[in-house]
Amino acid sequence: STSYLAALDKEISERPKWDNKVQYLLTCIGFAVGLGNVWRFPYLCQTYGGGAFLIPYLIALVLEGLPLLHMELAIGQRLRLGSVGVWNSISPYMGGVGVASMMVSFLVGMFYNMILAWILWYFFHSFQNPLPWRDCPVNLNHTAYISECEKSSSVNYFWYRETLNITPNIQTSGSLEWWLVLCLASAWCFVYIGFVRGIETIGKAIYATVTFPYLVLTIFLIRALTLPGAADGLVYLFTPNWDTLKNPEVWLDAATQIFFSLSLAFGGLIAFSSYNAQKNNCERDALIVGCVNSFTSIYASIPIFAILGFKANENYNTCQNWNILQLTNAFNIGDENITVENYQDWFNQLNATDPSEVESLDLKTCDLHTFLEQSASGTGLAFIVFTEAVINMPGSQVWAVLFFIMLFCLGLSSMFGNLQGVLTPLMDLHLIPTWMPKEIFTGLICLAAFTISLIFTLGSGNYWLEIFNNYIGSMPLLIVAFFEIITVVYIYGINRFNDDIEWMTGRRPNIYWQATWRFISPLMLLVVFVAYVVMQAEKSPTYSAWNPDYVYFPLAEVLPYPGWVVAICGLLSAIPVISIPLVALYRFICFLKNYIKTRHNPNPYANDVSSGDL
Amino acid sequence: MLDKILFLLCLASALADERCMPDTPHGFQVRLSIKTALGDEAYVWNENEMFLFRASLAFAMRNHMNGQQFEVSNIIVCNETMRVSFWFIVTSPLDTSQLIDQENVEAAIRQSRNRINSAFLLTDKTLEFVDILPTLATLYTHPTPPWLIVFGVVMGAVGAGIIIMLVSSVVQKKRKTNGKPQDKDDDEETRVKTVENGDAHDGVHNMSFSEDERFTKM
Repeated sequence: STSYLAALDKEISERPKWDNKVQYLLTCIGFAVGLGNVWRFPYLCQTYGGGAFLIPYLIALVLEGLPLLHMELAIGQRLRLGSVGVWNSISPYMGGVGVASMMVSFLVGMFYNMILAWILWYFFHSFQNPLPWRDCPVNLNHTAYISECEKSSSVNYFWYRETLNITPNIQTSGSLEWWLVLCLASAWCFVYIGFVRGIETIGKAIYATVTFPYLVLTIFLIRALTLPGAADGLVYLFTPNWDTLKNPEVWLDAATQIFFSLSLAFGGLIAFSSYNAQKNNCERDALIVGCVNSFTSIYASIPIFAILGFKANENYNTCQNWNILQLTNAFNIGDENITVENYQDWFNQLNATDPSEVESLDLKTCDLHTFLEQSASGTGLAFIVFTEAVINMPGSQVWAVLFFIMLFCLGLSSMFGNLQGVLTPLMDLHLIPTWMPKEIFTGLICLAAFTISLIFTLGSGNYWLEIFNNYIGSMPLLIVAFFEIITVVYIYGINRFNDDIEWMTGRRPNIYWQATWRFISPLMLLVVFVAYVVMQAEKSPTYSAWNPDYVYFPLAEVLPYPGWVVAICGLLSAIPVISIPLVALYRFICFLKNYIKTRHNPNPYANDVSSGDL
Repeated sequence: MLDKILFLLCLASALADERCMPDTPHGFQVRLSIKTALGDEAYVWNENEMFLFRASLAFAMRNHMNGQQFEVSNIIVCNETMRVSFWFIVTSPLDTSQLIDQENVEAAIRQSRNRINSAFLLTDKTLEFVDILPTLATLYTHPTPPWLIVFGVVMGAVGAGIIIMLVSSVVQKKRKTNGKPQDKDDDEETRVKTVENGDAHDGVHNMSFSEDERFTKM
């Protein structure tokens, strides 16, 4: 009893809290704004008809993103516990939702940091002149370039061979690549130094990691807009193609993008808001975080697409110059007499006089649109497309360094959220032995995650990362979010929730929140989940492999996953989710045991002790 | 008079050597892209430039085949075009009817490629010997890879930061424990008092006696 009082005193006086409101908002923004804002949203925008994609995106934000965000921030702030504690205290049967959140956060944190390790590798290599991905290396007898590099390109070679040292398929594991292990260790050191004392240190670190990317984006915006060809890229990006709206896949992708972009269902947001004072306007916070996240996506896509337009322009010029050189050499026309401007006239003239010769030259058709369409998302955008563009920009090293620092900061602030979503529940469950200081515990979490994520430093690591990304960072989150909103609205009770918010913010949530919480958001989540499952089931599980011995190299070889890998994919999706029914079952069994005990041995002295002592 | 004309004709035919022709198996084609390389400072290709070319090629042959005194006349050029491209063959200095084979010519050019290029302020790309691959420049291999240096600097800073944080938290804790013994005594006293007064959380509430306490039944 005395220890209980002491623990209660300790809890009230020692629950960490934010230094100020700005810290809290910046941390939530940092968690929500991540790598996806920079390398997934612009790709989606481009694939789905440019400006037209903004419509399903904003609709998804308003109907799905903001309500879920508001709900998570409010429930964490009200109950002052991490994800496991919150769902346990609403209903012990729903404790599994918190466990699922925690497991997903940990697993995502593991592979996300591998991406940060790759970013660090490129950052370390940006301090050379020339940049190492500019030229192909020469083979041993200095007679030609290495064939793998020559067939693909120097940037591809640097990414697939010198960085990943990728194996031709997922069954071939290769060995631990020591340079990647070093970079992964450094990435975890960076994470540890920000995370070491929980939100006390995170709150200080995010001042730098959240504001710096905006600074770099602005610098890039100014630089990119002055590059030749930038206008082509921007026009291509933003020209709306309204036909794409008829494709249901666009709406599905918009809904999933807004969901993952806001980092919902990880438990990190609940953890962050649990350190707030209870009387805090969480409605305004949710609106701020949601809108800043979407604004950042749109703001980031401008310089990205200006730079992609510049790269397409460079490729187009190279293509045309090659054609010009062919004509010049074949017909011995004076050097530089054929230019880009008069190329067509010369071509017509030469074709009229000697069509067979012109035919034999195999001139390429240079179309700016084809080059503009060659974009990529994810690691492809950052490490292949962008690095190629940066080679041609004057002062490449500066731009490369700035770009990779920006990506690192974006990823680091998201990592803090992931790990806080693991730490806060563990602290609230009092699973940390009291003798262990917080610094050692956070160190242990980082060490455990580092050890397990060494898988991704193998030769086949990139294939495993894709699996983790596709199967953990998607379906389990949708399920968890669905159960979250059902629990809050129907088990905790929407009226009780409304009362809580009125007590916390001074205003009852208006009709928009009521409608979305009760019906629209759960329905949308269900539809998105079902559509997602259907689409996954339609596609047979395959992956693109980089195989230099492939017949059509440098095209990626599409291979099916072997059986044991498919089993692992299923496990990865199922294990976090299975904790929801498992915990409910466990509690039900405890309840039954207690019920049977009281029925058989009625004890007049026993008062109703509630089960679920967590 | 007739002798002189005959002699000139022979000379002319010797110069316009039939062995030099496009796709000759003994020579190479050369392409110059002067405007591409030099832009506004491009020089005009004329006979003097051609003379320089033949002289530098003779120099290359001398370097490669030691002892043989190649002269400008041993380099025969033909099929000059506006592109600036032409073919050339090399005759042996000892016997002008003999042509130097392609392998030797190629080796000679490879050896002195840099010197020929710089004579014309051009590069391997802009002074192109068709079918002679330029020697590929190997990337400069640093003794220590620069990325390891950057890695060392960054990780040194991070490592120092971690140590500072851990040391500062240990120091903070020590300060707290030095201040705590007084607080602990106060807590103990208050806790003891609450226990003496009957802690409601202790034990099991005994239902059978509680009602009598509230309502005295008289």
